[in-house]
Amino acid sequence: MKRPPALVITGPGTNRDPDVAFALETAGADPTIRLASELAADPSPLHHAALVVVAGGFSYGDALGAGRLLALDLSVALGDPLRSAVDRGAPMIGICNGFQVLTRAGLLPGSLGHNAGGGFVCDWVRLDPVSGSRSVWTSGLDAEIHCPIAHGEGRFVHPDPDGLVANGQVALRYASRNPNGSVDDIAGVCDEGGLVLGLMPHPENHVLTRQHPVLDSEAARPHLGLAIFEAGVKHVVAA
Amino acid sequence: MPPSLRLTITAVARDPRTEALQAAGEQLGIVVPDGLGVADVIYLRAALDEVSQTRLTDLLVDPLLQNGTWDAPGDHGIEVTPLPGVTDAEAAAVLVAARTLGIEVEAAVTGRRITFAAATSDEVARRFVERVVANPVVETWTFGPADPPLSPPDDLRHPAERIAVTSLSDDDLAALSVERGLALDPEELAVIRAHFTAEGREPTDVELETLAQTWSEHCAHKTFRAVIDTENGERAPLLRQLRECTEEIDAPFVRSAFVGNAGVVEYVAGTTIALKAETHNHPSAIEPFGGANTGVGGVIRDVLGIAHRPIAVTDILCFGPRDLDLEAIPQGALHPLRISEGVVDGVADYGNKIGLPTVAGAVLYDPAYTTNPLVFAGCIGTAEGWTSHDGPHPGDRVIVLGGRTGRDGIRGATFSSATMDATTGEVAGASVQIGDPITEKLLIDALVGAEDLFTAITDCGAGGLSSAVGEMAEGVGADVDLDWVPIKYAGLEPWEIWLSEAQERMVIAVAPAQIASMRERCDRFGVEFSDIGEFTGTGRLVVRCAGETVVDLDTRFLHDGRPQRRLPADLPRPVRTEVARHVDDPGAALLELLAHPNLRSRADIIHRYDHEIRGTTLVRPITGVERDAPADGVVLAEPRDGHGIAIGIGVNPWHGLADPERMGWGVVDEAIRNVVAVGADPDRISLLDNFSFGDPRRRSTMGDLVASVDGCVSASRAFAAPFVSGKDSLNNEYTASDGSRHAVPPTLVITAVAHVPDVERTITPRLRTSGNALVLLGTTRAEFAGSHLDMIRPHRGDIGCTPAPDTRAPQRYRALHAAILAGEVAACHDLSEGGLALAAAEMCIAGRLGARLDTLGHEDVTVGLFSESMGRLLVEVAPEHVDSFLDRFGSDASMIGAVTNDGHLSLVGDSIPVDALVAAHTGGAR
Repeated sequence: MKRPPALVITGPGTNRDPDVAFALETAGADPTIRLASELAADPSPLHHAALVVVAGGFSYGDALGAGRLLALDLSVALGDPLRSAVDRGAPMIGICNGFQVLTRAGLLPGSLGHNAGGGFVCDWVRLDPVSGSRSVWTSGLDAEIHCPIAHGEGRFVHPDPDGLVANGQVALRYASRNPNGSVDDIAGVCDEGGLVLGLMPHPENHVLTRQHPVLDSEAARPHLGLAIFEAGVKHVVAA
Repeated sequence: MPPSLRLTITAVARDPRTEALQAAGEQLGIVVPDGLGVADVIYLRAALDEVSQTRLTDLLVDPLLQNGTWDAPGDHGIEVTPLPGVTDAEAAAVLVAARTLGIEVEAAVTGRRITFAAATSDEVARRFVERVVANPVVETWTFGPADPPLSPPDDLRHPAERIAVTSLSDDDLAALSVERGLALDPEELAVIRAHFTAEGREPTDVELETLAQTWSEHCAHKTFRAVIDTENGERAPLLRQLRECTEEIDAPFVRSAFVGNAGVVEYVAGTTIALKAETHNHPSAIEPFGGANTGVGGVIRDVLGIAHRPIAVTDILCFGPRDLDLEAIPQGALHPLRISEGVVDGVADYGNKIGLPTVAGAVLYDPAYTTNPLVFAGCIGTAEGWTSHDGPHPGDRVIVLGGRTGRDGIRGATFSSATMDATTGEVAGASVQIGDPITEKLLIDALVGAEDLFTAITDCGAGGLSSAVGEMAEGVGADVDLDWVPIKYAGLEPWEIWLSEAQERMVIAVAPAQIASMRERCDRFGVEFSDIGEFTGTGRLVVRCAGETVVDLDTRFLHDGRPQRRLPADLPRPVRTEVARHVDDPGAALLELLAHPNLRSRADIIHRYDHEIRGTTLVRPITGVERDAPADGVVLAEPRDGHGIAIGIGVNPWHGLADPERMGWGVVDEAIRNVVAVGADPDRISLLDNFSFGDPRRRSTMGDLVASVDGCVSASRAFAAPFVSGKDSLNNEYTASDGSRHAVPPTLVITAVAHVPDVERTITPRLRTSGNALVLLGTTRAEFAGSHLDMIRPHRGDIGCTPAPDTRAPQRYRALHAAILAGEVAACHDLSEGGLALAAAEMCIAGRLGARLDTLGHEDVTVGLFSESMGRLLVEVAPEHVDSFLDRFGSDASMIGAVTNDGHLSLVGDSIPVDALVAAHTGGAR
């Protein structure tokens, strides 16, 4: 079976692009990493992508607020091709900084503020896939996802979290202690169509069972972050 | 000129920064009433119409999180802004964003606005800002709205100055050295005078500064290259001793040792590992965040400077006590709390943003570090198919990549080669740099994979271009023009451009045929590329500026002209007899040790570092089911590899105070023990040395240094683990206003980087299964000098000795490794500070299981529990493996107890709930 092409979009300071490329490859996709500035000059990889990822990191060093400057680049230069990718049904995921970018770019609801604890936190969390979510990236998932977080601006805020829940847009909740003060323990949200997912944690860093800090191989397997990428790939392969 | 404007941005909900500031103030005893506020301010010079103003507001203010106003505030509040010339990445981002939006902004500065509750007196507000918020080394602050300069300074290009030295007396030369901060000694000044007398001319200020940087302790390692005079006769230079030891060991995996920016080893054919650790002590003392931040940035560039991709960062930090009375801090020094918070933030900021896991490390507290904090930053990198670059060749271009040059970090090499006093912060302000990790990230992106496009590479660190170009030009010669160096702002003098230590710059040599490809690659990643001249083949270093020749030096004189230094040393005569201790309440003592600032859980610091990025960290710096227990070493492995790399640290300045030679052995043993404990191969270990000592011109300090080198060299030989790189930082002393001198204790940090043959066989201290046996490896003796038991229960009278070298340790570690590969080891922990009691407690904490110790490896309970004898480990072994495990060690192993599920650690008669161990280890003051 042909591997669906996945485009990983980066900006200056994006740093988890190799990690997510490895996750996509393991999940059965064929990833390509491209800078937003390169795509502005030649958007064809975006036209051909079956899956689109905005990777994590510190684009522009979080200057002026995490994700804002890369979101500006995307909106100014790539706003139309990004929307048309979603319109033709390509699942899109923004992880950590990518989540921040997609909220600022208006592709996802809500916003991400400084952690309630005041600083950057790196730790492992357990994520509960929310049943009834319309996200294609968590479709079919029921076991908890275990993976690390690493962010300073991950407090999800939204004026109407109940509305998001009712609309099936809350895809993931923190099952372990809420690490950043996000409203309603929300770790990941999707757009109204369910194709675009944003989440603060890093499922791309739990692709192999040996990456789990506590559980042995057999026990870790059901909780791999890989499952999210596999769900994305499955969606496009089935379509 | 367009008008100046300001946008003030406040959080809609409470801003978490206010609580952090308030708490920091309270810890220093500066209590401000509730109602503290923090806002961000962006100062602009721009003519904005209404539409532009709205678009900028939409970008800069997130309505779900923030409020923004273009109105000027009232006179209350204090505004903190960066001093002119200090890196202001946010302001640079404003300009980038404005350009993207098509809005013309001429200049931008960003700052913070602190507002206080009405009840706060100006005096308290001032003190709070001065002590908690702002740092006068890089920032200025004002009551009421600030008005930072928003126009570039005039271009006042000063010509180079000629400095008359040929006619000066020795005294006048010495005065010149002090006046210009050259930090050269009388013999060196005399050689310089003779050189220019022979050339029949006077040096320019640029030449003099170039010589001072190149010959500084920081760059030339004069102490480590000095011949040593002792009462027992002459000793070879310390650096030579370290090198000869490595040559003698002749390990097959060493590819490059003690040359270039970092050591290079090859454990798996085709894959090389570059390793380096640096110190950034003086800068961290006066500007903790920037000092630590650029320390990390600098050591990453060292690895990049030997054409390896950086993969991980390490940090070892030494601070004064965090609870020190504010009044006890000497004039001009920062409080340890401020230093430690700033340093940790600085390390985290750089590592997190550049995208490297910050892994192995240590944090030590001692009053002696109050005015001399130590910051050791390390980096390791990997490459496939690495060969060392053979350039530069005559005709190659001199290319500067990365950040622009400003007045930041002027004379850093000479600054760090001097001792500090109360005025250091003021006079050395320009020596401090603020890092920009994103610019360095882009450098990595551009350089890794482009190795075929250049013929030589080095980083721009201490001494700036003068060191980088000067070192590359050694023997070849170069001709460069400072007019082509991109600068941050006008008004720099030639010597300032040449010496600036502005961060995030690399210098490469590129053959003319590759220039276009290299430039294209840099453009793609947004890295500034500047061709500033040529490597010539003349052997002379020529520097031009504005049509004038400002340097014309023979590179042989620059690099080899320095006179050989001789240093006298008084060797220490430590006590070497064993003296026991006695505590009546070992359980209580253990809980005190677990809570001791040096031994308590580091989880709170480690959670501030991204140690998960790259998905390669398999054994983390914190371990256990609740991730709050220490690891011995860390293990990294690329996702597709079945093998990995272990990193371990050894450091113990308290042993160094009592017996520097034994300390030297002990810290090598500790670093090696740490990597073997997690699964590394004891026959494939490489070492880095980092010495931070006081002023080596004091004979006793020099003697301590000589003894510690003796110790670590003999350990290196015994373990057949070669040193491949190192760095010394001397003169870690502070002269108080009363003239008293405060030096750091002898601090030698050893970093071990080792091969892990099988990542499925890595081990942590986490206890696994009730009923498993606990086996103690090694021999316990009454060795308590410099022990942590002595810190909590001071000992009167004869302190006895520090732990002696254990010559059976190499054999023991090989046997342990074989047992690990055979799958016989369930958990393992090294015994170091706090001895067996602490190790057992940490294993219980990691596994949240109990343990029972029936015997202690020594007939005396206090010795058995708390002695810090070398070479020991505590191992958990399943019953079915006990016999074969014990067989490997003979008399070197003893079964001392078992893992239990009763939730208690039982120590021959004393029983402590594991919950109490956890509470002591993780609660309370850090």
